[in-house]
Amino acid sequence: MTAAPQARPDGESGALALEGITRRFGDFTAVDNVSFQVGPGELLALVGASGSGKTTTLRIAAGYETPDSGRVTLGGADLTRVPPERRGFGMVFQHYALFPHMSVENNVAFGLEARGVNKVDRLIKARAALANVGLERAGDRPIQSLSGGEQQRVALARALVIEPKALLLDEPLSNLDPNLRETMRDDLRRMLRRVGVPALFVTHDQEDAFAIADRIALLKRGRVLQCGTPEELYHSPASREVAGFIGRGVVVPAIDKGATAEVTIGGVKRELPVTRAKDAPPKIENAFVVMRPNSIEMSKGAGVFPWRGKVVNRRFAGGVEVYRVELGEGITVDVESQTADVHEGDNVSVAPLKRAFPLVAG
Amino acid sequence: MIALLVWAVIYPNAAVVAGSFENGLGHWREFWASPADHEALITSLVISVASVFASLAIGVPLAFLLGRFEFPGRRLLRAVATLPAALPPLVGVIAFLFLYGESGLVTRAIQRAFGMSEAPWQLRGVGAIVFVHAYTMYVYVFLFVSAGLERFDSSLDEAASGLGANTWQRLRRVTIPLLMPAVAGSALLVFMNALGSFSAPYVFGGGLRVLSTQILNSKTNGAMGLAYVETTVLALSAVAGLALFRWLDRKRKYTLASKGGRARRAIRSRKVQVLTTVGAAIIVIALVLPHLMVILVSFARDGSWTTQVLPPEYTFENYRRLFSEAELWRPITNSVSMALIATGANLVVCFLAAYLIVFRKFGGRRFLELLVALPWAIPATAIALGLAATFNRNDPLTGRVLLVGTFWILPLAYFIRDTPLVSSAVESSLRQMDASLEDAARGLGASWLMTMRRVIIPAARPGLVAGGLLAAVAAVGEFVASVVLYTHANRPISMEILAQLRALAFGTAAAYSVLLILLVLLMTLAARSFEERLA
Repeated sequence: MTAAPQARPDGESGALALEGITRRFGDFTAVDNVSFQVGPGELLALVGASGSGKTTTLRIAAGYETPDSGRVTLGGADLTRVPPERRGFGMVFQHYALFPHMSVENNVAFGLEARGVNKVDRLIKARAALANVGLERAGDRPIQSLSGGEQQRVALARALVIEPKALLLDEPLSNLDPNLRETMRDDLRRMLRRVGVPALFVTHDQEDAFAIADRIALLKRGRVLQCGTPEELYHSPASREVAGFIGRGVVVPAIDKGATAEVTIGGVKRELPVTRAKDAPPKIENAFVVMRPNSIEMSKGAGVFPWRGKVVNRRFAGGVEVYRVELGEGITVDVESQTADVHEGDNVSVAPLKRAFPLVAG
Repeated sequence: MIALLVWAVIYPNAAVVAGSFENGLGHWREFWASPADHEALITSLVISVASVFASLAIGVPLAFLLGRFEFPGRRLLRAVATLPAALPPLVGVIAFLFLYGESGLVTRAIQRAFGMSEAPWQLRGVGAIVFVHAYTMYVYVFLFVSAGLERFDSSLDEAASGLGANTWQRLRRVTIPLLMPAVAGSALLVFMNALGSFSAPYVFGGGLRVLSTQILNSKTNGAMGLAYVETTVLALSAVAGLALFRWLDRKRKYTLASKGGRARRAIRSRKVQVLTTVGAAIIVIALVLPHLMVILVSFARDGSWTTQVLPPEYTFENYRRLFSEAELWRPITNSVSMALIATGANLVVCFLAAYLIVFRKFGGRRFLELLVALPWAIPATAIALGLAATFNRNDPLTGRVLLVGTFWILPLAYFIRDTPLVSSAVESSLRQMDASLEDAARGLGASWLMTMRRVIIPAARPGLVAGGLLAAVAAVGEFVASVVLYTHANRPISMEILAQLRALAFGTAAAYSVLLILLVLLMTLAARSFEERLA
């Protein structure tokens, strides 16, 4: 029996919802009519480049910012004007925001102290929460003596020990070195799952989002471009912009023919099977197919495959080479290949692999 | 908060400016027509500029010597180099009087040694004032330039020599330009201090007039209108000086960000080494002598030291009287309690101001920043006269409360003088704090009060301790504002020192001075142990 944060029955805290949230700073609209919902036990990632409004959205969810319009609700109750200290959310800050003058366990116990839990009980709970993140012996250490990964886990324990109604995480992995990041992704997902409350986290790194989130909301210039599962965003992007950000696809002009699309490069025509986003129109004018490095094959020499081009750049990406091939007409694609004997300046030919290509509107 | 500071900082000064126009331009005409005031203005400026150059001439070479070279005696010299700053302003002046005055130790010794019939010099006039200023104020230059040298990245020097620059070229093109901000910053500090300086001109001035003493003269003579004009001119000179420095420094776009650090070079030439060590020894003696002299004189029997080189009779009587006679003990309790009250108020008000400035975005933020910094730009005499002009009668409707002649006027003056110091110390502590800590505390459910108590105040603590210490030290020895505003009942130690000096009770004056130095020492130790216990 531990006193650590426990999973609770689904639905107790209810879904966290943002409805038509807009926030302006002067002339600048940081968040523009953003809506989404995170169910209990669900992990939603807000993904976007810097300046896309993802952190402001998170701060509005936490109560540090008040939206100019729109509502924040939890289980249907309106929290828009409730200050952060009365929302009962757990937040993990980008640089963790651990109190430097307190020991590890006092940091974790702080939220319980604020709730009037007596000293003995709060230390017992804090230690249990620390044990839950694998830091049972770090309680009386000073914050400065912790590594980045340990600080991250203390920050998480501090957010979890108050049995939050929702969890908010601002770039929780961005301060970790790459190796640690991989293991923390798994740990984080496991721990967030266990808590069973809505969890919203912000990241600029789509790999973090793919690894952790159930669903992803992709933001650009304060708007949600698309919100869906990682697979949906990858295979059925709603727009050129989504396709360009997720999976680093290159878009090539195409003619929509329903189940297929016709692509012409260098005078050579090919018909490709396509997928499209759920709410996309049955016929897209000005259509593009999304070509990702792993959906094209390449051969040395000009004659093997239909489309001819020239290698302008080559880089090793661990296990495969990624060639940048200029096909003419302003189209340049990246191609993943096991072939290692092709060099910059070589003539090559490429072909689409036999699979469905995402089709988007331009 | 803003209202309180406007009432304490802006209102009195505005009252002074308004008072200078109470006869239309009458008082200003009087000022321009008065040769004495012309002389005072020019002398004030000459003394300030000369003090800047004298402080630079001592501080810069000393910083280079201690920062760049290794020689026997370096550590001792480094240890005593900042000692003059520990002397309360009036005490430094008195020490110089005992040493270099007409009947001072050094003066008499030289007179005897060379068999002269008269003292070889007189400690009065512009030269004497600049001499004392250089001794007490070079410390600013020394500290700023030393800090600049410490931050100076030796790779810059190495890069320059790699590009073929010789020693002189490196100094001229790299080192000196990069140290200019430190030099300019400290020069400004010296200028402001010298312009507002009161004790040295007051004690050594002789017939010499400077603005700060002229203000007190006019006030004593009841010519308040003229005093207001003189005060306005003094304050304007200070602000003009500040603006001039800002303008000269405007082009600087770079900062020395590197950790730097470089090894000190040992002096190789045997001759230069001996010379340096002898020179260092002389400087050490010159720096320590004033302190030693005050201690020595504090044991001299009052009235016994007349024409001798050293005081002839020694006694504990001076100290015994301080502790046993109520009238003599009074200034000590006055100074301590007034310093504690002023510092306490500084801590509360300046903490809140710094908190608002650093963490809150609101319309009046810039104005609040200006308010807490303003007293720094206004000489103490001007601040004191402003208070005298504003708090001299009871008229609560116009914000006037009768404080002049009461105990409370001096703590208020100390509070105003020390506000910039404490605010900037707390501000710099708070700026080092990660702003998301406050968000984190609130997100964890902490009330405003708990966030303050558990997060913000601990973060501000180093600034509160350091600022509080500096404020308490400045307040306990304060002289310049006190001389304008004190009454017999609340006279501080500095006023009593002056009174004893006038009564030629050198021993008693020196005993007070030693006590003041001990108080400063005690406060410093208390602050340090407090900080260590908490850290």
